[in-house]
Amino acid sequence: MLGEGIIKGMAETAKNFVGSYFTADRLTTVQYPEERLPLFANTRQFPFLVYDGADWEKGLRCVSCQICEKECPPKCIYIVKSKDKKPDYKGQMQFYPETFNIDLSVCMSCQICVEVCPFESIKMDTEYELSTDNRFDGLLVRKEQLAKSNDHYRKIHPHDAAASDAALAAEVAKAQAKAQAAAVKNAGSTAAAK
Amino acid sequence: MPPSFYILAALTIAATAAALSLRNLVHCALALSVAFIGLAAVYLQLDAQFVGLAQILVYVGAVSILVVFAILLTRNDEATKPLVSRFSVAGAATALVVLGVLTWAIDKSEFTHRKLPPAPAATVRQIGDALMTHYVLALEVIALLLTAALIGAVIIAMHNEEPKS
Amino acid sequence: MTDAIDQIFVNLKHWLVGWCPADLQPLASIILSVAMVIGVFAGLFAVVTVIERKGLGRIQNRYGPNRVGPFGFLQFAADGIKTLTKEDIVPRAADRVVHYLAPLALVMPVFAAYAVLPFGRNMTLTELDGGLLFFFAMGASTELAVFMAGWSSRNKYALFGAMRAIAQMISYEIPLILSAITVVMLTGSLSLVKIVAVQGTYAGWLPDWNVFTPWGFAGFVLFMIAAAAESNRSPFDLPEGESEIIAGYYIEYSGFKFALFFLGEYLGMFAISGLAITLFLGGWHAPAVWLTWVPSYVWFMAKLMALILLFIWVRGTLPRLRQDQLMNFAWKFMLPLALINLLTAGLWHFIPPGGVRWFICSALVVGPYLMLGQGLTSPDKATKRVYRFAD
Repeated sequence: MLGEGIIKGMAETAKNFVGSYFTADRLTTVQYPEERLPLFANTRQFPFLVYDGADWEKGLRCVSCQICEKECPPKCIYIVKSKDKKPDYKGQMQFYPETFNIDLSVCMSCQICVEVCPFESIKMDTEYELSTDNRFDGLLVRKEQLAKSNDHYRKIHPHDAAASDAALAAEVAKAQAKAQAAAVKNAGSTAAAK
Repeated sequence: MPPSFYILAALTIAATAAALSLRNLVHCALALSVAFIGLAAVYLQLDAQFVGLAQILVYVGAVSILVVFAILLTRNDEATKPLVSRFSVAGAATALVVLGVLTWAIDKSEFTHRKLPPAPAATVRQIGDALMTHYVLALEVIALLLTAALIGAVIIAMHNEEPKS
Repeated sequence: MTDAIDQIFVNLKHWLVGWCPADLQPLASIILSVAMVIGVFAGLFAVVTVIERKGLGRIQNRYGPNRVGPFGFLQFAADGIKTLTKEDIVPRAADRVVHYLAPLALVMPVFAAYAVLPFGRNMTLTELDGGLLFFFAMGASTELAVFMAGWSSRNKYALFGAMRAIAQMISYEIPLILSAITVVMLTGSLSLVKIVAVQGTYAGWLPDWNVFTPWGFAGFVLFMIAAAAESNRSPFDLPEGESEIIAGYYIEYSGFKFALFFLGEYLGMFAISGLAITLFLGGWHAPAVWLTWVPSYVWFMAKLMALILLFIWVRGTLPRLRQDQLMNFAWKFMLPLALINLLTAGLWHFIPPGGVRWFICSALVVGPYLMLGQGLTSPDKATKRVYRFAD
């Protein structure tokens, strides 16, 4: 019958209208500044540098190998290696970055720097409310702003942080085992020499 | 005659003069609509409600649209001839002479100097009654004419769509 | 007491006019009434734009505007300030005089149409003998303004929009007027005040409104559909199709002139809803005898809000009609139904009251509707394709 579809349609919209006051699934808007959508586990926005411990300069994992700088597709990372060395998490003396700048307006969040870093030192952060009104260097972040503690990393990406910690612990264990084996061999050779 | 009549008459005459002399055809059509409105206002001022309102409904609402559509569908370039022709003086003189003769003829005739009967109250009911009893033949003939015009228009429009079949 | 509240505006106006010297009293009375009508309906326009946006939002599973003012109800103020402060751009090739006059030519007849609507007991601005004719005359004058707007912009899309709008308005004026004529036939007068007065009695538990008769119901439905088409309201808003020819005939207007077009369109919608209330829904009468203590203008406003909400609801539900579907609907469906409705109304008048009358008239209303509906919705039979140039 002509008009049947119209009546059915109007019943549907009436249900939508009335239902939007009572059921949550008929009104799915998230009112942005007051409410925010929960972030997924794999959320990534822009990179940050991880440091262990309490002192960000002493615990910074980055050894300034400059692999991320070379691999970055839009070349948004700028690193200046230091002249002196400092001890890293395994106790070895490593270089550290004197300057580490990332231009966030160029960064495309591809995560390649994270994938190629051998030292688990650059990871993706989830902070997205970064607007600034300074259009020249408002989005240029330096080493001080990039360095965030490992606790922060554990909080935002618990699964990945656990994997990263396990990898580093395995490295430490491997280094210790090697040192022990070398010490045993040394003790054996000195004993043999005696 | 009340001053409102003079104002309305001036408006109507000005609009008609504009309709005759404007360069742009669509402007002329719009000035003609203003003339129709002026005329309707004169009818309303004479207490002929039905005629005045029907004038607006039919002329401004339909005939003006028709005129405008006709202009748009048969459009040619804008007027290129000069606005004031070479014979303007002779033309104005002839028009004035004709106006004078007509005014003299009307003034001298019986029509203007007879006693006017009291204006009949023409309510809608009386107009309706008159149309259905005294003038029903004229009404039916006009209706037939309109139907013929409508059918003719539909046939002409239909022909244009299928020239090859 | 209820009478005092009912006539409060009338008495207020008389008291205010009494303060003026005797010569100026008619003029003062006119100015006060006109100012009140303009004030109330412009305010209603402001509120309805917000209600429409919020209503459409809820229908579409989202909030409407809810930032400006409590629950977003001051949004019209923000919109108003925005429109007033926008630059008024007139295209270089546009016809300046006509471009300037078009919004005025739209809004003036629409405001004039409010002069004959009875808003309450003794609350009509002018009790014209041919009130209904005046209303339709004002409605017809708006078409010229639409053409002026479209043509003066020197923009072919604006002209398309204007032509379509005029074709639509002219086509739908016929069912509109024909369904109003049935009311005039049975009331015997063109005066809107008399039409409302005739619907004031209560027969049994239903009031004597025209919508509760078969011809009145059909007339009301036809009138509302034609009214939606006259005000270029969804689903008939192809001339101003926002997603197709962007704004149609008022595409070249910005700032306050655009606001005037918007105002004219919404005010036209209110005016024609007001006329529908007057003709079919009993004007300012209450729906039951025991509700007559509520003031008359409250009933008029309540019915007006109900019709506006109906328009908003239909807008949120139906997709837009294409131009040829629109024209087919007007000429092949609504015009025959309106003509048959005339016949039905005539039969209603001559057959004595009783069940026979109801049966015959209902059959005459429902039968053609079903048959025409069948004819219009039956799918085209698929025929063998004929290729002109191949094989």
